[in-house]
Amino acid sequence: MAEAQRRREGEEWEEQGGAEETEAPKEEAPKEAPKEAPKEAPKEELKEAQKEAQKEAQKEAPKEEAQKEAPKEELKEAPKEELKEAPKEEAQKEAQKEAQKEAPKEELKEELKEAPKEELKEAPKEELKEAQTEAPQTPTRPLLATRSTSSADPDDDSPNMIVYRKIEDIVTRIQDETEGVPIRTVKSFMTKIPSVVTGEECEGTDIVQWLMKNLSMDDPAEAMHIGSLIAAQGYFFPISDHVLCLKDDGTFYRFQAPYFWPSNCWEPENTDYAIYLCKRTMQNKTRLELADYEAENLARLQRAFARKWEFIYMQAEAQVKIDRKKDKTERKILDSQERAFWDVHRPVPGCVNTTEMDIRKCRRMKNPHRVKKSVYGLAEEGTQSHSPVHTPSHHSRKGTREDVEKEILFLNTQLDRHCMKMSKVAESLISYTEQYMEYDPFMTSPEPSNPWTSDDPTFWDLEASKEPSQQRVKKWAFSLEEALKDPAGHELFLKFLESEFSSENLRFWLAVQDLKRVPQQEVAQRAQDIWAEFLAEGAPSSINLDSHSYERASHNLKDPGRYCYEDAQDHIYKLMKSDSYTRFLRSNVYQDLLMARKKPETEQGRRTSLEKFTRSVGKSLTGKRLTGLMQSS
Amino acid sequence: MAAEKAEMDKLKKECDALRTQIEAARKAVNDGSMSASAGGVAGLGRIQLKLRKNLKGHLAKIYAMHWSADSRQMVSASQDGKLLIWDTFTGNKLVAVPLKSAWVMSVAFAPSGNLVASGGLDNICTVYNIKAASPKTLRELDAHTGYLSCCRFLSDTEILTASGDTTCCLWDLETGKQKTVFTNHIGDCMSLALSPDMNTFISGACDSLAKLWDLREGACKQTFSGHTSDINAIAFFQNGHAIITGSDDCSCKMYDLRSDQEVITYQDPSLNAGVTSVALSNSGRLIFAGYDDFNCHIWDSLKGEKIGVLSGHDNRVSCTGVPNDGMGVCTGSWDSFLKLWN
Repeated sequence: MAEAQRRREGEEWEEQGGAEETEAPKEEAPKEAPKEAPKEAPKEELKEAQKEAQKEAQKEAPKEEAQKEAPKEELKEAPKEELKEAPKEEAQKEAQKEAQKEAPKEELKEELKEAPKEELKEAPKEELKEAQTEAPQTPTRPLLATRSTSSADPDDDSPNMIVYRKIEDIVTRIQDETEGVPIRTVKSFMTKIPSVVTGEECEGTDIVQWLMKNLSMDDPAEAMHIGSLIAAQGYFFPISDHVLCLKDDGTFYRFQAPYFWPSNCWEPENTDYAIYLCKRTMQNKTRLELADYEAENLARLQRAFARKWEFIYMQAEAQVKIDRKKDKTERKILDSQERAFWDVHRPVPGCVNTTEMDIRKCRRMKNPHRVKKSVYGLAEEGTQSHSPVHTPSHHSRKGTREDVEKEILFLNTQLDRHCMKMSKVAESLISYTEQYMEYDPFMTSPEPSNPWTSDDPTFWDLEASKEPSQQRVKKWAFSLEEALKDPAGHELFLKFLESEFSSENLRFWLAVQDLKRVPQQEVAQRAQDIWAEFLAEGAPSSINLDSHSYERASHNLKDPGRYCYEDAQDHIYKLMKSDSYTRFLRSNVYQDLLMARKKPETEQGRRTSLEKFTRSVGKSLTGKRLTGLMQSS
Repeated sequence: MAAEKAEMDKLKKECDALRTQIEAARKAVNDGSMSASAGGVAGLGRIQLKLRKNLKGHLAKIYAMHWSADSRQMVSASQDGKLLIWDTFTGNKLVAVPLKSAWVMSVAFAPSGNLVASGGLDNICTVYNIKAASPKTLRELDAHTGYLSCCRFLSDTEILTASGDTTCCLWDLETGKQKTVFTNHIGDCMSLALSPDMNTFISGACDSLAKLWDLREGACKQTFSGHTSDINAIAFFQNGHAIITGSDDCSCKMYDLRSDQEVITYQDPSLNAGVTSVALSNSGRLIFAGYDDFNCHIWDSLKGEKIGVLSGHDNRVSCTGVPNDGMGVCTGSWDSFLKLWN
């Protein structure tokens, strides 16, 4: 398992295409693509690099699965100068964009299938995206615009953004100097907990009180709930706990820097996380000691990025250097905010990861240009850049003349289609729901009881027994469809018809239904059998078909498929509906069965007949009574 | 060249003209809103359901669940790489099917109860025989070029699949080959549902359209628009004439097949989370819709009002289902639990 894990993460790292590849397969770059112009990463070079990476990977990976671990892109050595925390130069981003465009697609498609291997309990999100990065269609990778460092775009009305805007409004108000909570610098046990411009903090109770007052809540539990939800998104956090929730006590909370707000669409990679954990181990501070789960994560990442660990280490060192330059108090605050950021994106085991996305949607992100890539300004873009855009390729199916003509045909059919009036539609829906009210356990309590409510499976036992309940028998009168749907129903119907020596229609209908379900290899034979039994000259159970259906059937029989008797079946169905079905409902066999349960449960029988009566007279009576029933259940 | 272009323009104009006509025709039959018509129907008041069962067993996000036709067994799929078949009444796990690929997105129970199918990011729909001594892979249906988002059995011999490659497909399980490919969507297909008479099916996709397909003809018969974002869930109203959709635009809609248009929208300004799944009670009066906000909200299908909520999950509700006998509703969530309510 660990092996597979490591392999997969190794793959993933490969796919991200390690940027500052000091051990880059330089020898595989025969065509000297100038380093300053990484835009023109030649295809051959990429392919070579991939082959090399593949070889390397295969050395590690045991045979089991044939893996094509070609990294998606291989970037040239980016200049190694200062790594800023803030996003890097445009040029590099451009370069990556271009480089990715060249990446060969076929291999990616293969990878897609291979990539998602066994599952890990804590699969970080990008692994999911790894598994589903490429659009199989011809992608023109759209340009990635600049990242925005500001918060929610007021025009963005995706659900998440709407919520972020609301939260940010609240959070800004909480921190307001006049209207907000009191912010302080608190002398704690060993050190002063600073609260300067970048980091304001207050006690949990203060936040709860503020929420109650300003958001008109009476119940502190409600305020804590909302506060916890806001904290879970990462907008404020307890300064000495990884678990993001709001408590109504003296716990100290600090507010998150707008830079780290979720509305910036952060999608930090595992490399960033690795750098973060690594740098924390470098700084000899108790407050920066790793928690158990973090130590485990670090160990796991070390195994995954074994070959690139030197690079990560260097990055971490660089970060530490930068951090050291900052003011001490500022540093404390920034550290805590950074930690809170990671608490959101790599939550403590047991906490909900609020950044999780449905893997089906990962591929297509609404605002790809706004997705933040690396927290630590790493040059490599990883999967972000070539993943997520809503590939317009789907839409850009060339509108050929044929397509338009097809569309015209479709539209004409649509226009010609008889449209039912809305009022009629409403009427039919209303009457349907009313008719079936008593068959809806949510509306009417089933008799003797709902098994889940009473823990008594008697209802199911009764249903399974030979005798259908009166309620069930009643349903057969609703429509031919209902009678046929219930095996007991069509059995009785068949019995009735046999007594009249007119069962061939129903038997034909049932046979054709059966034809649709048999294994493919039996279809031809079955179709022939049906013909012989029901349709041929002098057939034993000859049915009465109109000439059109007869011709269609006989024509279809030349190449018999499951649906060769569709027309015939439709015709027979209509016949039954207008003729034998109505007779069946009036028949003794049916009426007897309908009244059969009347004897032991006369009360119910009476009620049922009464219901039938009221239904045909007025709907409102039924409604009132049923509402009463519901309230009591 | 110019002549061709002129012709294309003429054809496109014809299309537009037809669309306008259709629009007008639809408006003409729109002689009253559903909720207005339902004004006379007795209200249901607030629906409060109780949690009857909490099924624990999965270790990771549950992505899909499906009831067996016997209304007692149920299969669920989780990204812990397992399918679990439950006896919901006792809460026992009857069968555990280990999956080759843990990235499962869909699961289905065959009406016979003999088979289950699942699929996901592997693009493959795998069918298992669960009546064997230990679950045996019967078929691996491999032809889709995108993830498998939904699958439904017609019988033990045929299965329908919906895929992220924008197509739906009817397979023959004997041969393991595709019988019909339904192409028309321009976005990932996310969900499908069979009509009660099994002659047609509906699909919802990321192109925000719902489509009705004829199984026999293999063609798209009707298209329904109105949503402004991905349709994640779709279901037939029991009468077979109306359909319910759930979308990322935070609303559900009912469309009627005979009037070829939207009948009613179920939305609420306080609901800002996408709909992940929908299910109907047996009369069709109640719609259970699972949302990203960790809840399953209950709608009065006729009046268009939100009349209840099922709260209890600690993460988004990813799947919802009502069994054939309608005794309750099951919600599955990313919190790895399945809950039964009524």
